[in-house]
Amino acid sequence: MDTNVPRTPPRKSATFDDYTLAEIRRAASTGIYDIRGAGTKRKVPHFDDLLFLGASISRYPLEGYREKCGTDVVLGSRFAKKPLELKIPITIAGMSFGSLSAQAKEALGRGASAAGTSTTTGDGGMTPEERGQSRHLVYQYLPSRYGMNPDDLRKADAIEVVVGQGAKPGGGGMLLGQKISDRVAQMRCLPKGIDQRSACRHPDWTGPDDLEIKIHELREITSWEKPIYVKVGGTRPYYDVALAVKAGADVVVLDGMQGGTAATQDVFIEHVGLPTLACLRPAVKALQDLGMHRKVQLIISGGIRSGADVAKALALGADAVAIGTAALVALGDNDPIHEEEYRKLGTTAGAYDDWHEGRDPAGITTQDPVLAARLDPVKAGRRLSNYLKVMTLEAQTVARACGKSHLHNLEPEDLCALTVEAAAMAQVPLAGTSWIPGRGGY
Amino acid sequence: MHELDLKALGVTAINQKLYHIPKDTNERHWVIRNPMGQHAIACGVDAPLLIDIMGHVGFYCGGMNKEAEITIHGHAGVGVAENMMSGIVWVKGNASESAGATANGGLLVIEGDASSRCGISMKGVDIVVGGSVGHMSAFMAQRGNLVVCGDAGEALGDSIYEARLYVKGRADNLGSDCIEKEMREEHLEDLAKLLDRAKMKHRPQDFRRYGSARKLYNFNVDHADAY
Amino acid sequence: MCGIVGLYLKNPKLQPQLGAMFKPMLIEMTARGPDSAGVAVYRNPVKDNEVKLSLAHDDKSFNWRHVEGGLEEALNCEATIHQIGTHCILVTDGKEEDVVKWLKANAPGVRVVGSGHTVEIFKETGLPEKVYERFDLASASGTHIIGHTRMATESAVTTAGSHPFATGADLCLVHNGSLSNHNRLRENLKREGMEFQTENDTEVAAAYMTWKLRNGSSLKEALEDGLKDLDGFYTFLVGTADGFAVVRDPIACKHAVMAETDDWVAMATEWRAIAHLPGADTARVWEPEPSTIYTWGGNA
Repeated sequence: MDTNVPRTPPRKSATFDDYTLAEIRRAASTGIYDIRGAGTKRKVPHFDDLLFLGASISRYPLEGYREKCGTDVVLGSRFAKKPLELKIPITIAGMSFGSLSAQAKEALGRGASAAGTSTTTGDGGMTPEERGQSRHLVYQYLPSRYGMNPDDLRKADAIEVVVGQGAKPGGGGMLLGQKISDRVAQMRCLPKGIDQRSACRHPDWTGPDDLEIKIHELREITSWEKPIYVKVGGTRPYYDVALAVKAGADVVVLDGMQGGTAATQDVFIEHVGLPTLACLRPAVKALQDLGMHRKVQLIISGGIRSGADVAKALALGADAVAIGTAALVALGDNDPIHEEEYRKLGTTAGAYDDWHEGRDPAGITTQDPVLAARLDPVKAGRRLSNYLKVMTLEAQTVARACGKSHLHNLEPEDLCALTVEAAAMAQVPLAGTSWIPGRGGY
Repeated sequence: MHELDLKALGVTAINQKLYHIPKDTNERHWVIRNPMGQHAIACGVDAPLLIDIMGHVGFYCGGMNKEAEITIHGHAGVGVAENMMSGIVWVKGNASESAGATANGGLLVIEGDASSRCGISMKGVDIVVGGSVGHMSAFMAQRGNLVVCGDAGEALGDSIYEARLYVKGRADNLGSDCIEKEMREEHLEDLAKLLDRAKMKHRPQDFRRYGSARKLYNFNVDHADAY
Repeated sequence: MCGIVGLYLKNPKLQPQLGAMFKPMLIEMTARGPDSAGVAVYRNPVKDNEVKLSLAHDDKSFNWRHVEGGLEEALNCEATIHQIGTHCILVTDGKEEDVVKWLKANAPGVRVVGSGHTVEIFKETGLPEKVYERFDLASASGTHIIGHTRMATESAVTTAGSHPFATGADLCLVHNGSLSNHNRLRENLKREGMEFQTENDTEVAAAYMTWKLRNGSSLKEALEDGLKDLDGFYTFLVGTADGFAVVRDPIACKHAVMAETDDWVAMATEWRAIAHLPGADTARVWEPEPSTIYTWGGNA
């Protein structure tokens, strides 16, 4: 044997990579699919793939700090007698008491109120803490109707009929029992410690024609005062937005696949839905075709992280954005300060997603009183309001550079794309060209 | 007694009238004429009123009711007394789909039949049906009592939690995790009271009780077929 | 996603009032379907050797006389037309397939929306009330009538995408719901020689029924097979020469209600549509069960 023959080095399969192999072994040994929180972790085309075209000679920029750039937004002006008037176009997405600690909910309310925006309940009803701390509170109307009652409905500032969410459009799902504490169980009328299998459809209506009747009932009960939002997961945004409008929505909330969740099957989070970037243009087109753009407001969510993302979403036609995961990070979720404890849970700061297990060292996605007490709602609220204000300043900075005296005056024409994929999805030209894939004209 | 003509006033004006009656009023009895199958009639009432609706109603009649006693002298559409909190909704005729859906409290009486999904996701309400109920009734029912004096349709009590189901007639197609359970003394007593409140003349001994096997309460792969 | 309504008169004395009785039924379903509306009315049966075709053209000023004369000359047949709005009822003793072939070659903008001995189908975009007026249906006399108000889900808001869809001689179908496997089924049916004018899911259900009936199935058999082959949510109302049929999918989420008196049988997506009929208050009322086929008349 010639010992000098080069050996083929060990080669791992690209198809069966280490992560995939580990998942097969995990499924084989546990007999249950992976359930986790947060949103998609795979890379999908996103707002990062877009750039703004600042003003220079052909257009004139506005002076930062001196020349005004408005950020306010009115949500629900179509039918509601009392639309929401927010100072900034960044709202806090629905997250339930149950998935989050009472302290975390309070902190969200404090932070949002300080920044002049709204926060949203979740699947589990309205707590007095969050109502008390939230200047503008949107009350979610979900298939489970946990904690639903007419008093809270009337206490809300707006009602969000949840048809779906970006992390699991079309899905109900299952929240494992570990987090179902006494208080959560009592609010949801369920025994403590059992899995919650949530329904994928509402119990008493199906489809836009019946939704129209349901919206009518909610308007009656709230005396036609409250804006009615309809929230959908991003899958067929053109049709779904059009049908929400036909069903009578004041506001449509569209959640792309990067949108987070408290707990769902990993296969759902990673394999169902459209990237947020790909949702926007068809949704706006639907509103334009119906003559309803800016009349029925569009809130986009799913992976919004910065003022740049806000400005890009608005430029593509949204009226506002909603943040969930980013807000939790602002409160202190996945902070490296807890690294030692994350390691004990077999993970690392930045990757912790077992939000359903209730062992969050940051005291946010937990019902454990000891862990939850770690989160100071006042300090965490302050952090959130700082973050919201920074995002707003960033968006204003970009908008002024594009010569806009209001964020809503940003347009798709202020953008170009770095990749062909992003150019196609956002329907803006590839940088340095006039080519919009699908429209010809290179 | 005060009369409200729905044809002349419309649903919104009538509901607004009902919402603004002072809690301590003596004018407790209201009669709504010409409901014509319209939706959301007398939903969201929050006072101990006696409301008689003279005819068939559309969707969500008596939805989210608190304290009021609403009698529908006709058939009820989808979601009658949905999410009721307290009080009574009494249907003289049949009820359509999702009667008493997610209701938390109070009493819903349906003298005729109820369609599919009766008591879906119920959270504490008592429902008494004089006739039969359709398929998927008491789906994911969390709490409360559903009494059926006739037969139960397919998949009764699918994915049920802690609600109690009593059926006098046939219930030969139970949903996932729903099983027949022993009728003990306390159940006979509860059932007798419910039948009495609903003015139904049946012997509690003639009913069978159904409830959760609690096999889906904590995930086990060997029960995966049930999901 | 839609409203569907049907009225079948058991008492012949009511026939002159068919259109008037049906008008409030259709209009009551406006909120469920503001995009378009359609009606199939069964009236004025033609002779055994004749056929009646409902034709439509998007151009209101289309010259139907040219069709009448052209057909008579080319097929050596009698043809009379009666224009109503954008539609036209053609009665001829020519062979139906020759007439259709001639229309395709010589009047390509003309769509055949229905055919048979008694049925007349009218449909158009717009609010139900306007559509009803345009086709002068309030004065319609006849034995039975079915109607549809459409809230378009995924396919375009066009006259061609409006219901009812014809499924054979004197047969037509209206649908409330949304099918989930119509795209693959459409491809299969195309291979079987069926032709499609739209991307509409209901047109696929209609073509499926037509195909089944052509291959010798009875209407009941076609509907039974449909329960196996059509996935998604649906309530179908099928108009037949002497009655109608109703079927709902096994999950039965899309609401439907039926009522019967000595004078009539009515079906609707919601009770408020039926509430307008004389005697509705005391009618026998029930909901069609899932996966169960209901028929009136002898054709099924």
